[in-house]
Amino acid sequence: MALPQNKIVRWIDHRLPVFSFLDHELNQYPTPKNLNYWWNFGSLAGIMLMIMIVTGIFLAMQYTPHVDYAFDSVERIMRDVNYGWLMRYIHMNGASFFFIITYIHIFRGLYYGSYKTPRELLWMLGVVILLLMMATAFMGYVLPWGQMSFWGATVITNLFSAFPGIGNDIVTWLWGGFAVGNPTLNRFYSLHYLLPFVIVGVVGLHLVALHQHGSNNPLGIDRKGPQDSIPFHPYYTIKDMFGLGVFLIVFALVVFYFPNLLSDPQNYIPANPMQTPPEIVPEWYFLPFYAILRSIPSKLIGVCAMFGSILVLFIVPWLDTSKVRSAYFRPIYKWVFWLLVIDCFVLGWVGAHRPEGWFVVIGRIGTIYYYLHFLVLLPFIGWFEQPLPLPPSISSPVLKKKGGGRVARAAAAREKP
Amino acid sequence: MAESAQSQPAGAHAEEGTRRDFLVIAANALMGVGAACVAWPLIKSMNPAQDVLAAGAPVDIDISSVQPGQQIVVLWRSRPIFIVRRPPDILTKLQSDADRSLLRDPDSEVVQQPPYAKNQYRSVKPDVLVLVGICTHLGCIPNFVPAAGASLGDNWPGGYFCPCHGSRYDLAGRVFSGVPAPYNLPVPPYHFVSDTVVRIGENPPDSTFDFASIEQI
Repeated sequence: MALPQNKIVRWIDHRLPVFSFLDHELNQYPTPKNLNYWWNFGSLAGIMLMIMIVTGIFLAMQYTPHVDYAFDSVERIMRDVNYGWLMRYIHMNGASFFFIITYIHIFRGLYYGSYKTPRELLWMLGVVILLLMMATAFMGYVLPWGQMSFWGATVITNLFSAFPGIGNDIVTWLWGGFAVGNPTLNRFYSLHYLLPFVIVGVVGLHLVALHQHGSNNPLGIDRKGPQDSIPFHPYYTIKDMFGLGVFLIVFALVVFYFPNLLSDPQNYIPANPMQTPPEIVPEWYFLPFYAILRSIPSKLIGVCAMFGSILVLFIVPWLDTSKVRSAYFRPIYKWVFWLLVIDCFVLGWVGAHRPEGWFVVIGRIGTIYYYLHFLVLLPFIGWFEQPLPLPPSISSPVLKKKGGGRVARAAAAREKP
Repeated sequence: MAESAQSQPAGAHAEEGTRRDFLVIAANALMGVGAACVAWPLIKSMNPAQDVLAAGAPVDIDISSVQPGQQIVVLWRSRPIFIVRRPPDILTKLQSDADRSLLRDPDSEVVQQPPYAKNQYRSVKPDVLVLVGICTHLGCIPNFVPAAGASLGDNWPGGYFCPCHGSRYDLAGRVFSGVPAPYNLPVPPYHFVSDTVVRIGENPPDSTFDFASIEQI
């Protein structure tokens, strides 16, 4: 135990074991020693969540959730509130970067098979977080009450009217009126404040599930013994800090020099319920799903396909029949994975354009391929693919190459309880 | 139930369920009912409030100055209402087979209008069209494009074009086939209080049509 022998610390820890908890989950927590930089994005997402909550709380002190004042109060934040522009630009662009980080984190999991046994619930909790993030981001985008806010809210809430029988009642209930209006803005504000804390809760469960079996790793094989592990702290805390530094440079560049790079100029026009903008485009992180919605001529099926494209992630652990986790050892899946990545970019590109001419065709092909990947390719490749031979342990390929035993011995010594 | 439990010696036939099992199940079930009772007012509070409903009262619109071929847009229940005075040539065209063949529901079979507007013009008076101006796809406001042909193709008979996802409707608000919108534009309840004043939101005296019963707004 590396617990400090300070008397006060021991007195507290005896009654409230926070110190031994942190010691156990950081200093003692064994982590595969071969994690690459793709493993930075989990902690990065956690930090981003904190940045969003902190800036959001301070923005809430200046914001007025009323249809007559919301737009002006956001402009006041931008012009008159001390550092209001900074908090809003961090919050606004932070949402985009939160999604970039999360999408990379998800694709990391898909590439290295991090959803496979025994990490199915860990993965499913992650999908829950993604859904909560999407709901939060959508409602946050409504708050400035610009044209895109209003019409985005109208289009998305109208999705629910597709359900036969109860659709209209659901939509009226969501609105609290005959159309998107003040009651809608008020409840979205309330929920936009609440949901991030729900996300914090689910992230907590995500971490509990993670620490039960520890991180997956680029080789996708289990840790065989102490020579395969290093403690999380300080090895991965320092690596995460380095990645955070690199990320913050990029983030700061956008916040300070291109703050409106990812936003729609339409949203700087106050909401007008009598005038639909020439084109309604959601934020970039929803574009692939929007493309799926628009690719299907039937409204109900389109809505189901759009929600289904996220819900299908829940069953990925059972759709993938391969016993080998990492795509590193899967010669066919590796290529299919990259096709999926390309497919998502193509769908995003289609989603940004009017559904006319070739965009309809490409959107339909992209949608079909998306489902083909998860529902057909994932199960079938697992059956006929011949994976490459797996190394006996995490450290064996490294030790063979470098001829070292010193690191392993040192790690073993540290691991001793 | 209590009697049948009493007739058995306690714990004698555990697998058949004891009195305690019954109490546990009953208490849990009651807790579920209690939770539902707590949730009900919370969920219900999100439905439109009484003042919001009151603001949705009928409105009277004077249409005497609307010229043939012209559309005016008024608000009822925070929704745009289109009122168009259709010239006779358009009324004839609405019944032509060429135009009807473009439509998904030419005879207004789906309940998207009160029964008194379920006719070939989808209106009370043939020349005055009254529609809820909300696309049945995802709620955008369709553009009024009354001229035939032009940028919308040679077979465009004139009507409404939704800029969001390209849904099309004719000048009776009937939806085209092959577009994302599933239903015709809704016709609100309305009647004429005089020759020139239309009251939107209220049925004619002889009708009890419920606007909530339409398929989709």
